[in-house]
Amino acid sequence: MSQPTPAAAPAKRPAGRGGRNLELSEELKAYKGVWVFIEHDRGHVHSVSWELVGEARKLADTLGCQVSAILLGGPDEPLEKFAAEAFTFGADKAYIMKDPVLKGYRNEPFTKGMTDLVNKYQPEIFLLGATSMGRDLAGSVATTLLTGLTADCTELKIDPATRALAATRPTFGGSLYCTIMTLAYRPQMATVRPRVMLMPRADASRTGDITYDTLGMIETNIVTKMLDFIPDASSNKINLPYADVIVSGGKGLKNPENFKLVFELARVLGGEVGSTRPCVQAGWVEADRQVGQTGKTVRPKLYIAAGISGAIQHRVGCEAADVIVAINTDVNAPIFEFAHYGIVGNAMQVLPALTQAFAAHLALRSRQVA
Amino acid sequence: MHIVVCIKQVPDSAQIRVHPVTNTIMRQGVPAIVNPYDLFSLEEALRLKDKFGGKVTMLCMGPPQAEEALRKCISFGADDAVLVTDRAFAGADTLATSYALSAGVRQIAKEQAVDIVFTGKQTIDGDTAQVGPGIAKRMGLQLLTYVSRIVEVDLEARTITVERRAEGGVQVLKTSLPCLITMLENTNEMRFANLPAMIHAAAYPVRKWSKEDAGVEDLNKIGLKGSPTVVSKVFGPTPRSEKVEMLDLETSNLRDVSLNLIQKIFTRHPTLESDLLMKELT
Repeated sequence: MSQPTPAAAPAKRPAGRGGRNLELSEELKAYKGVWVFIEHDRGHVHSVSWELVGEARKLADTLGCQVSAILLGGPDEPLEKFAAEAFTFGADKAYIMKDPVLKGYRNEPFTKGMTDLVNKYQPEIFLLGATSMGRDLAGSVATTLLTGLTADCTELKIDPATRALAATRPTFGGSLYCTIMTLAYRPQMATVRPRVMLMPRADASRTGDITYDTLGMIETNIVTKMLDFIPDASSNKINLPYADVIVSGGKGLKNPENFKLVFELARVLGGEVGSTRPCVQAGWVEADRQVGQTGKTVRPKLYIAAGISGAIQHRVGCEAADVIVAINTDVNAPIFEFAHYGIVGNAMQVLPALTQAFAAHLALRSRQVA
Repeated sequence: MHIVVCIKQVPDSAQIRVHPVTNTIMRQGVPAIVNPYDLFSLEEALRLKDKFGGKVTMLCMGPPQAEEALRKCISFGADDAVLVTDRAFAGADTLATSYALSAGVRQIAKEQAVDIVFTGKQTIDGDTAQVGPGIAKRMGLQLLTYVSRIVEVDLEARTITVERRAEGGVQVLKTSLPCLITMLENTNEMRFANLPAMIHAAAYPVRKWSKEDAGVEDLNKIGLKGSPTVVSKVFGPTPRSEKVEMLDLETSNLRDVSLNLIQKIFTRHPTLESDLLMKELT
């Protein structure tokens, strides 16, 4: 079983049921501060880390404590530069661990480094991005520390009664939300998907202190070796979560050939193409294009959904878009419950008309600007 | 080669409905299935068995009816199945689940040493992706998550080389057996079960283990007691207060509707038009 399911654990369960401890021990009350794991790879910090520093700042301000950025990496990696950037986004401190074995993510040395830091400095909250690196590390660290971890949170708050982290996440494919707390264990760990939280504003005047620690592991002690890293070809890199404009197509397009209409509109708008789980499962588009609970969370300025019914699993991935336009033949489709503008019609006719209208409008405006 | 594949029986989330008033899951009529992500791991395990010989043992924690999910796996070609089922496991979060399953794997390993443990990447009901790493850490196994391809297994040297999906690329990792692997979705296609296999599965005596059978020693580590996370509130999604504005194709032609929509979009989001023009110019 994964998270306790709502059916097994109804709301307002009386405290202490099942004979479990829900009180924080005196020893664990000493745990203070909010930590964010700063995920970086080949010279770039993943934006989700800054989004989390922004959230951590809000939590720390409520609790009256500090935000720390955690950076693990190789000796030749610019971790100080990343720390300085973390300060501008709201961190007060940075903990840096540099070691040759920490160059490139591997589970074993990162888990050891992270658990050692937590045990030494004792943070009360520890946030990570729900990426392939963050999830791999979070699950390992939480199990090693025997503490609670809540995955894919969509909202983080401090519960006023207990001062515990109240982490809300969708469950059952987004049909329900549950708020989960770790009351008797520290740190309280949570992962958040990219683009769920807003990017904070950088304040260039902010600075902070750096503390250095050592890992105490040598390469010969590490069982798993990285033989190679094959970067994705830039031509097939699909960066859906951070696209400004997304045009998505669903099963309402009837066949994979009609996706070219979606690609044409996306091209005119300089945007990305998204899709739904059924289309990905049918092999119509790549898995990286899936928007939704089991795909990507997106936050574009403009989201155009063509031939998508708007099942809850899709909705949770795209409802944060600034403007949502839905095209569907069925006036009762759930997509119209959360779209801003709706057109009841055949996407195969509406898409080319929109493509043409956008192209003409943008061409006219760019002539005016030039 | 002895491989243990851990699975979960889940409600088919595509068919789940929530009661609009009570906000409870309406399970009636919702079929229970093998967590779809687990099947990619099972297929990979079966392929390793095809290549190297040996045995695939299924392991599941759940209520007695989860036996059906295990039978399904037997029909695909798994050799043996164990259901760890005990009321004491109820209410387990991912930490308590990883303890129970790791106890089960240890018990299975007493019968025959285990080379690889597989779990799904995540489940479709919890979506946490935490149980695989949890079992690995509890058992001290090397952890390989999001594996897209098993490149090579060297049974002489007891090593395995895999490709692992990471952000922005693929890691080629080599590690020692035993290890724990979670397979990425769509990396293989589950084989079909033929009729004799289905008949064999229907009659297969799935082993049911209580907490004692599974070798659970510490009752504080299972079920609700072993779960650090507490569900404090369950609620439905908040409906959007703003209503959709429909653009009517019946009274207006497609071109006018398109132009009208573009005006509305750019009025609503004033910076979007200039962003698009910037892209156009660069």
